[in-house]
Amino acid sequence: MKVALFVPCYVDQFYPQVAIASLQLLEKLGVRAVFPAQQTCCGQPMANSGCEQDAKPVYHHFVETFQDYDYVVGPAGSCVYHVRKHFDIIDQTPAVQHVRTATVELFDFITSILGVTELPGRFPHQVGLHLSCHGQRGLHQANESEMTPVRDGQLRRLLAGLEGLTLTELDRNDECCGFGGTFCVSEAGISARMGQDRVADHLRHGTQVLTGGDMSCLMHLEGLVRRRQLPLQVRHAAEIFNQAFA
Amino acid sequence: MSQSPTHAQRSDVFLLDAERTTWHDETLWFVRQKRDKAVYATPEFQELRQLASDIKDHTLSQLAEYLEQFEAAALANGVRVHWAADADEHNAIVLGIVRAAGASRVVKSKSMLTEECHLNPHLLANGVEVIDSDLGERIIQLRGEAPSHVVLPAIHLKKEDVGETFWQHLGTEKGLTDPQQLTEAARQHLREKFLAAEVAISGVNFAVAETGSVVVCTNEGNADLAIGLARVHIACMGMEKLLPRLSDLAVFTRLLTRSATGQPITTYTSHFTRPAPGKEMHVVIVNNGRSQQLGRPDFRASLKCIRCGACMNTCPVYRRSGGHSYDFTIPGPIGAILSPNIDMRQHVSLPFASTLCGSCTDVCPVKIDIHTQLYKWRQVLGAEGMLPASKKYSMKLLSRVLARPGLFKAGGVAARLGLRLVPHALSHAPGYNPWAIARELPAPPKQSFREWYAHQSSVSAK
Ligand code: SF4
Repeated sequence: MKVALFVPCYVDQFYPQVAIASLQLLEKLGVRAVFPAQQTCCGQPMANSGCEQDAKPVYHHFVETFQDYDYVVGPAGSCVYHVRKHFDIIDQTPAVQHVRTATVELFDFITSILGVTELPGRFPHQVGLHLSCHGQRGLHQANESEMTPVRDGQLRRLLAGLEGLTLTELDRNDECCGFGGTFCVSEAGISARMGQDRVADHLRHGTQVLTGGDMSCLMHLEGLVRRRQLPLQVRHAAEIFNQAFA
Repeated sequence: MSQSPTHAQRSDVFLLDAERTTWHDETLWFVRQKRDKAVYATPEFQELRQLASDIKDHTLSQLAEYLEQFEAAALANGVRVHWAADADEHNAIVLGIVRAAGASRVVKSKSMLTEECHLNPHLLANGVEVIDSDLGERIIQLRGEAPSHVVLPAIHLKKEDVGETFWQHLGTEKGLTDPQQLTEAARQHLREKFLAAEVAISGVNFAVAETGSVVVCTNEGNADLAIGLARVHIACMGMEKLLPRLSDLAVFTRLLTRSATGQPITTYTSHFTRPAPGKEMHVVIVNNGRSQQLGRPDFRASLKCIRCGACMNTCPVYRRSGGHSYDFTIPGPIGAILSPNIDMRQHVSLPFASTLCGSCTDVCPVKIDIHTQLYKWRQVLGAEGMLPASKKYSMKLLSRVLARPGLFKAGGVAARLGLRLVPHALSHAPGYNPWAIARELPAPPKQSFREWYAHQSSVSAK
């Protein structure tokens, strides 16, 4: 199985530790992923802003970079969702079709493709899970509160399986954090307010470590936490599992 | 580029009152939770949604035929049917009916369509007294405001605001905030108006092609009272309100209030099929941009909307920015896909007033792919050259960088270096970087992942 690690642009530049943890975690599960160095970005920032025509060269570059791999695994539900859903505007060559289905979110890969439903390790903290909308509602990685009262999902199960870990039960399980790509800049006020409300829900219920599968939401939330110097650690779930799985 | 304030600018005004924002958010979230309870308790809810969606798709695909069928049936029932191409025509028709009836006093039950057409100002300017009889509508009518929500038109107001308004306009005691007493005051005031009105105008929730009847759903019974008392009934409907058969209706009445407020059914679901003896009944069927939207395949499904308001209640942006921030008759996520159809330039910011979280799509009882349409509108607006120049060019530049790995690598190094070197006060200056108004930028690491990786592989190669 040829697996490529897809590292979104902002993770590469600002959160290298998340990509390192993803790589090492996969290795511990027996998967040797490579990092094709010519990769850049999925093109979502442009498309999100209404300029998807401008993003076409980026889409083609993405496909060229990853077409020879069986799986393209990324620690970011939003970017994966973008590749799967919005690469429909370029010619659907076999390579494009392959890349669109082969691109998988990290924990979806671990659970659905590798069939791993439990990761070993200990993480004795109270952990609050932030469900990213694109992972949850877009890629169906967790149940939606719009449909069912049952709170379940891939990441939730994996976290609950760690020894010593307590999951926070939030008032609003799956409300959006307000990041929304370029939304956080064009509607900065609402975006910040939404994020502050999310963080407040976690603090109110005792979260010590705030985690999730999508670094973009976490980057936004971390920015708010650091500004107010709140007693919360923000870490991508790959970091937690990689640390726990010693 | 656009002259009118953007959604973000209007939201910033709303957000200034942090406490009111919290209250607005929590009130609507409470309604969303009531909806959840009702939906969870209905095991076949998802099948009902699919059925409703299919019925609407089918109806829209043969809308002309169903409209003709409806007209023929209504005429046979003794109803007079009028067609209006746009808002002006609608207003002229309604005024014409009122004048022909020799009337000067009208009561109206809640209708978003007449709001859309700005009927009230038109009637008032022509010497006709028009009174909104839905309690929430009446409150905002007294205040000279527009509804901020399609089901809860005065949800942006607290009981203190209502007390103040009634004190000013209805002569209630100053400082009265008890909802029971306020409602009673409104009731007394409205009773007079009901009794005096010669014409009753109602909206239409559903129109049944098979029977030619219109169906009006209210919780207060105000439409029934108004129509029962007045000599002339004018029902105003958008042309997308049709259902083929009477038996289709049950699907929608089960979905409507569960999605709207969590009630199993609306308190009054009234069918109006023919005028009572000695009375008149008119139906005005309005286009006003609907056939244009029908002709846009990507956005056609927005015409399936039954105006339950669920997408507003669930929308985290709506809840924190209030309905007036959308500056369109229908606010919230659905309004943001209906409004550019009417005027792209004026409403260019609305499709961007969303994180595309998709919650609207998941609550919508007729399965409108709302967030997909928001995304598509962005592309249309971009292609039409409606985006601000700064955005247009920065996105072109970004694309050039991202399609070339060498440029990207260099750019990333420069950005991280820049962040380390630029003083915090500058990189976080509000005018310069909106991100930083409330957030810290990420601390730049010494090494990007790609640098780390390249180093690793060169070490292992040795
Ligand atoms: S778009 Fe859907 S959820 Fe929103 S008001 Fe219309 S029917 Fe209700």
